[in-house]
Order: sequence, then C-alpha cells, then structure tokens
Amino acid sequence: MFPAPLHRRPRAVQAAYRAALAASLSVWLLPLAAIALTSIRSMDDLNSGNYWGWPEQPQLVANYAAVLLHSEMTGFIVNSFLITLPAVAGTLVLSSMAGFALARYRFKANLALLVMFIAGNLVPFQILMIPVRGLMLDLGLYDTRWALILFHTAFQTGFCTLFMRNFFRQLPEALFDAARLDGWSELRIFWQIGLPLVRPALAAMAAIVFTFVWNDYFWSLVLVHSNDVRPVTSGLQSLRGMWVASWNLIAAGSLVAALPPVVLFFLMQRHFIAGLTSGAPEE
Amino acid sequence: MNRIWLRHQRALTPVLLLAPAATLFLVFVIYPITASIGLSLYDWDGVGPRRWVGFANYYELASDPVFWTAAANNLLWLTLNGAAPLLGLGIALLLNQAIAGIRIVRALFFLPFIISPVVVGLVFAWFFNTRFGLFNEALSWLGLGPLAPLDSEDGAIFAIVTAGLWPQVAYCAILYLTGLITIRPEMIDAARVDGARGLAMLRHVVMPQLRPVTFIVAMVCIVNALRGFDLVMIMTGGGPYDSSTVLGYYMYEQTFVSTRFGYGAAIATILFVLMAAGVGVFLWRLLRREPR
Repeated sequence: MFPAPLHRRPRAVQAAYRAALAASLSVWLLPLAAIALTSIRSMDDLNSGNYWGWPEQPQLVANYAAVLLHSEMTGFIVNSFLITLPAVAGTLVLSSMAGFALARYRFKANLALLVMFIAGNLVPFQILMIPVRGLMLDLGLYDTRWALILFHTAFQTGFCTLFMRNFFRQLPEALFDAARLDGWSELRIFWQIGLPLVRPALAAMAAIVFTFVWNDYFWSLVLVHSNDVRPVTSGLQSLRGMWVASWNLIAAGSLVAALPPVVLFFLMQRHFIAGLTSGAPEE
Repeated sequence: MNRIWLRHQRALTPVLLLAPAATLFLVFVIYPITASIGLSLYDWDGVGPRRWVGFANYYELASDPVFWTAAANNLLWLTLNGAAPLLGLGIALLLNQAIAGIRIVRALFFLPFIISPVVVGLVFAWFFNTRFGLFNEALSWLGLGPLAPLDSEDGAIFAIVTAGLWPQVAYCAILYLTGLITIRPEMIDAARVDGARGLAMLRHVVMPQLRPVTFIVAMVCIVNALRGFDLVMIMTGGGPYDSSTVLGYYMYEQTFVSTRFGYGAAIATILFVLMAAGVGVFLWRLLRREPR
C-alpha cells in the first residue's frame, strides 16, 4: 500500500494524520457548509447582514417548508423522478442487450458498433442540440417528459453498452457452450445465464445513469420549457429569478435538488465507483 | 418463420439484441452530428426557409471577436484544469489509509462530483458574491479585497473555472484512489526493501503503475474543459460583456437568443472537431488493446 499504512506508526503520527484529514475535509466542503448554513437562516439575518455568524433564529423547517410547499419545487422534483427512472430502466434494458451481443458473438460490424457507441458518447452536446430538438418537434414530443426520457436513454446507452460488454466478456465461454449443448435457445441463454451473472454491473449502471440524468441541465433547457414538465435542475434556476435576494430559499432549494443522487451515492458507493472506473484501458 | 429462426438463431440473435440500442443511438446521436455539420453551411433562423451560404458562417467566425474570446476561455479552462490531476492525486494519497470511518470520509471528498453542476454553480455564485461571499470574507481576514470576480471582465472566467475544478478534482481523486488500491502490494513492498521512500517511490514506482489512470484523468479533464456550459450559464450568463463565454455557451446563445441556427451549428462543428482531436487519441489507444 502506498503511502505506507499508518497503523504501525507512533500514535502521534496517527493523530496528526487524523487532524490533517479533518482540516482538509472542512476546507474542501466549506462552500457546501456555507450553503447549508444559509439554508436555515431567516430573512432578518440576511437583511441585517448576518451572513456568517450563527443564525439568530434558525429556520430548520420554515425555509424548507417554504421551498417544498409554497413553490413549484415539489413538482420539479416529481418531474425529475418521472424523467430519470424511465431513462435508467430504458438504458439498462437496451445496453445489456447490446452489450451481450457485442461481448458474446463474432460478426463483422462488431468492432465498428463498439467504436460508434464509445465515440458517440464523448461528443459535445452542442453538436447534437439543433437536430435533436428538431427531431423532438417533428415527433410531437418537444416540451414533454418523453423528449428527455428518449434522448437520455439513447445517449446513456452508449457508455453503458461499453460497460456491460466488458462485464459480459469476463464470463467463461464454457458456460454458454454447455447451455447450447443442452439445447437452450440463444435468447434464453441471455436471459437466464448472462443477465443474472452481471447483476452487480446493472446496479452500478443504474446508480451512475441516475446521477447523470438527474443532474442534466443542458437538455432540460433545450428540450422542454413548461414548468409542468421541467426537471429540478432548470426548475431551480427559474425559481432563482423569483427568489432574487432570498438566498436562504435558493440555498434550501439547491440542497433539496442535490439530495437524491447524494443519497444514492452513499448507499451504493462501491458499485458507483466500480462503474466510473470501468472504462479504463487495462494494461 | 419459426424454422428460419431456429436454424439461424446464432446469427440472428445479435442483430435482434443490438437493433433497439443501435437504432436509437443512430437516430439521436449519429444522425444529429451529420445534420449539424450540414446545417453549418446554411443561414437559418430556426423557423423559415434555409439559405445555402457555403462557408460564410466560418468566415464570419474567423473575424468574430466573441468567438475568439470563447475559444481563448476554453483554452484557459483546459490549462487551469491541469491542476485537477495534481490535487486529485494529492487527495487520493491522503485517503489511501485503512482507518475507521475512512469510507465516509472518502464519500464526503467525492461529494462535489455527485452534486448537480447547477448546484455547484449556485454554491460558487454565493461563494464569490461581492457583498457577502465567503471569498471576500476570507480576503478581508487577510486584509485584502473586496474583489468582485463575477462582475469583472478579467475575473469572471477564473471564478467559473475555479467552480469547475471542485467537481473535477473530486473526479480525479476517485479515479486515482481506485488506481492506488489496485496496485499490487508486492511491487510496493519490493521497492521498499530496495530503499525507495516518499517522493522517489511515488515517482519511480507508483506513478508508472498509475499510467492508465493518468491517461483517463487527462482525457476527462480535456473533455470537461471543452464541454463547459452549465457553470457559465448559472454563474455569469457569459458576461460581463461576453468576457466569460465559452464555445459551448456561445453556440447556445447564438442559436436560441440570436436565432442564428446555422452560425450556432458552425460553432458546434468547430467544438466537435476540437473534441474529436482530443478524444481520437483516447479511442485509438483503447481499441489498440482489443483483440481482433
């Protein structure tokens, strides 16, 4: 292990390490702590210039209640779920099918398709913006949640196909040959042997795609504009215009908007990180 | 039908499994790339008829000062993003200890990467606020300031890039920590027996092992420097006077605010070419390792 493990070093060194860790973590999260503190301030505090002192009358509930009950925030959050969950499901289905095909079958276009999925996923969104918006207008999906669901599913499938393919490729060929000798159909092999064996990969994908789609801002500006269908990212920005100087509400709204992927990350940290680092070329 | 399926199912299955994903990807990712490049040769307001103008949009870009500001800002972003791998590696080295509670500490360090860029933008807009931001609070403790980076033509882009570094460093730390954990301990132990310590060990033993990670990290830093949009939109709207705009934001603005779709498509095409140059190296290297 590098750096050398500290548990064999003197206690003073260990204590110094813990102190350094705590200090750097506090500096690192300072901007976030500032916004958390602001989210429980009263308007009186802000008006009297008490930005950094202890909140005079902490509004632990009031500000969050104002955001969730008396603004459109709750609707935006519901929209974010209604967009993100179907997109995650769609991506998992499509990319596990495509990943299995690319991993376990030899055919001419195999490598070309893999390149297409990887390369397409790395392009800047701006090169897709005008035509994708045009397609959604033509399909009558512009300004509906379906526009976002469909696009995110298509786009995320690129990265996830690469990921699923790498997982399916690690399974031993003998497993599949044995099933074929028993007369199993190819689709049954995929469904009953392939898929159950990559369940951890599916979990990792779900966590990552959820975070990417939830956090998307660009496409929520390009593909929808009504408040009825807006997700929380562009919704938050539109509320900012309404709340102008009410930084306490903006802060509370921001924390609420950030929360779902953070909770998911804490619950699935290991899967999540395994997924993020899976694109690495092995040496 | 059934008989055909049974006879050819080993050839047909991959087609069947790939069809939905490939179709969707072709329609919503591949076709739009070609359509945008084509559109860059037209003059179009997004509604009326399109008018063919050849390379006129590109000629105009060459003498458009805002385009060059945007490109220079992307370059600045790219340069300053060079700090992300260093800081990320530093954090990863700090976190590679097995003490109680380290999992939570790691997760907290990674947090900025998980939070939506919209929220990161708001957090830093608040941080750099002239009247009450923590940034000026800190400056005043040092007897300096106040500064108004977000309202200054020279400072705005630096404030944006700083905000961008926060999640970027977190991402680099995740990648490096995973890399450090997977280094074989025998390598380190053997080097230690040979007397390698500290920085020498890092430089001659650890970093060579981390090369594939460094490669990904570099790639991600390049891609994200070119992708910049969210933070610009949230923190400054490209201002003041277009001083903090980047190509990704200028494209959006030209298309929807000035309704110059062809011109926007030309900016997007240039961005695409820049990205292709950066990413091409990555793909080539990734695929070289694939057995045929």
